[in-house]
Amino acid sequence: MGSVGAKDVPVLMSPDGKRIDGRRADELRPLAITAGALKQADGSAFVEWGANKVMAAVYGPREVHPRHLQQNNKAIVQCRYNMAAFSVDERKRPGLDRRSQEISKVIAEAFESVIFVEEFPRTSIDVYIEVLQANAGTRCAGLVAASVALADAGIPMVDLVPAVAVGKVADSIVLDLKKEEDNYGSADLPMALVPQSGRLVLLQMEGHMTRDELHRALDLGVAGCRKIYDVMRQALLDKYRADGPAPGVAA
Amino acid sequence: MSEEVAAEILTTHILDLARSGRRLDGRGLDDYRKSSVVPGFVASADGSALARIGETAVLCGIKLEPGKPYPDTPNAGTLTTNAELVPLSSPMFEPGPPHPRAIEVSRVVDRAIRAAETIDLTKLCVTSGEKCWTCYVDMHVLDHSGNIIDTASLAALGALAHTTMPNVRFGVAEADAPLAIQHYPVECTFARLGEAIVIDPSVEEEGAANGRLTIATDEAGNVVAMQKGLIGAFSPDDVKSLVDRAFRHGDRQRRLAKDA
Repeated sequence: MGSVGAKDVPVLMSPDGKRIDGRRADELRPLAITAGALKQADGSAFVEWGANKVMAAVYGPREVHPRHLQQNNKAIVQCRYNMAAFSVDERKRPGLDRRSQEISKVIAEAFESVIFVEEFPRTSIDVYIEVLQANAGTRCAGLVAASVALADAGIPMVDLVPAVAVGKVADSIVLDLKKEEDNYGSADLPMALVPQSGRLVLLQMEGHMTRDELHRALDLGVAGCRKIYDVMRQALLDKYRADGPAPGVAA
Repeated sequence: MSEEVAAEILTTHILDLARSGRRLDGRGLDDYRKSSVVPGFVASADGSALARIGETAVLCGIKLEPGKPYPDTPNAGTLTTNAELVPLSSPMFEPGPPHPRAIEVSRVVDRAIRAAETIDLTKLCVTSGEKCWTCYVDMHVLDHSGNIIDTASLAALGALAHTTMPNVRFGVAEADAPLAIQHYPVECTFARLGEAIVIDPSVEEEGAANGRLTIATDEAGNVVAMQKGLIGAFSPDDVKSLVDRAFRHGDRQRRLAKDA
């Protein structure tokens, strides 16, 4: 999107169905997840996904700040999604802009949909996501990192929550948009799936899709989420297996 | 504590009703409340509309002012959307910096207007890279009785469709002209109540909802924006059937803004 007055639109789809980086329509960018990448946090994860680098940390259940947000019958889930000033081409003004605040809200709601919050009344589960290097799909990368971090923190949940964006470029429905596809494509649909229930806890969309395209996008996204789920599970298995590698920021 | 208990009783009641296909206000699960759009509500704006869905009321005012194009879009004007959930409209809202809820409303409405190409932003360019119109879409929630997003989007569309470009005031042209509308996006919001999914939730239903989904459609058969909100989940099949419901209701809502 944002194509108004744009120049030098790259070729997003070759005649033989290859994308700008050579992927097929249903192919994900390379994804690597390190569970427990930080020392201080109760749970953490580092995600490298295509050219995205995202760190997530979880603190809690702990005392609620500010106090008036405390709920007597359940824990609250607070999320802060933040982009580093140096994470994008043109320096971003530090702090939460409106986009970051909206993303923080929908991610917190996604997690509160799967965490057994009734088990921890009067507490807060705080999820921090720092986007260090951005190349489209950062809210999904952040959600994936935070979901692994929540598991690493031992927070009881229905399931891990894989997430991916599906989009439309050059009239094709494609999985896991990279930056050029996001900038010059005609639709972007990020989603997060609860594999255990088959339901979506995050769903947003912007652009143009017919009814039929939207159906295909949902199906492609669900299939993509299931692949990401396997990588998430493996990251946790790698950390907690007796002979797993020592924790630390991924090399 | 008694407030919490009362809320829980109400939630249980709403969910019980929904299970048998009924709602607190007597509507069916797929009944939208009566909606209306009154354009030209404030003379001080370049365009305005008061939209009502049931008892929810949102006033939108449009202001066009000269500005500078963004460096990456030198041939386009700019669009800025803001929603205020003022304390006058609900006991739930407090004064202070914009709540994430208000930011979400303005961004979801903005997304639909932008993605649908409601206005041709290149027509708001006066001199490439130098001078353009900035179109401010300001939404004021006056009465929050549920489903602010749809009401705000209806108000915004109604206001844009009745906006005059203040060419004379800013010396841009000899005469004022109507702002041209290319497409008519409207939002349609659903709430999950247990396994039932109702359209156009009331404020009580929003309190009981486990998941909310907004779908914006245009008149040409495109979905242009979506937003899932609140705590809860929807299956892909739910989403597919809600898209059909959004198209069915969208055309009637669109006419309200267009023909007002």
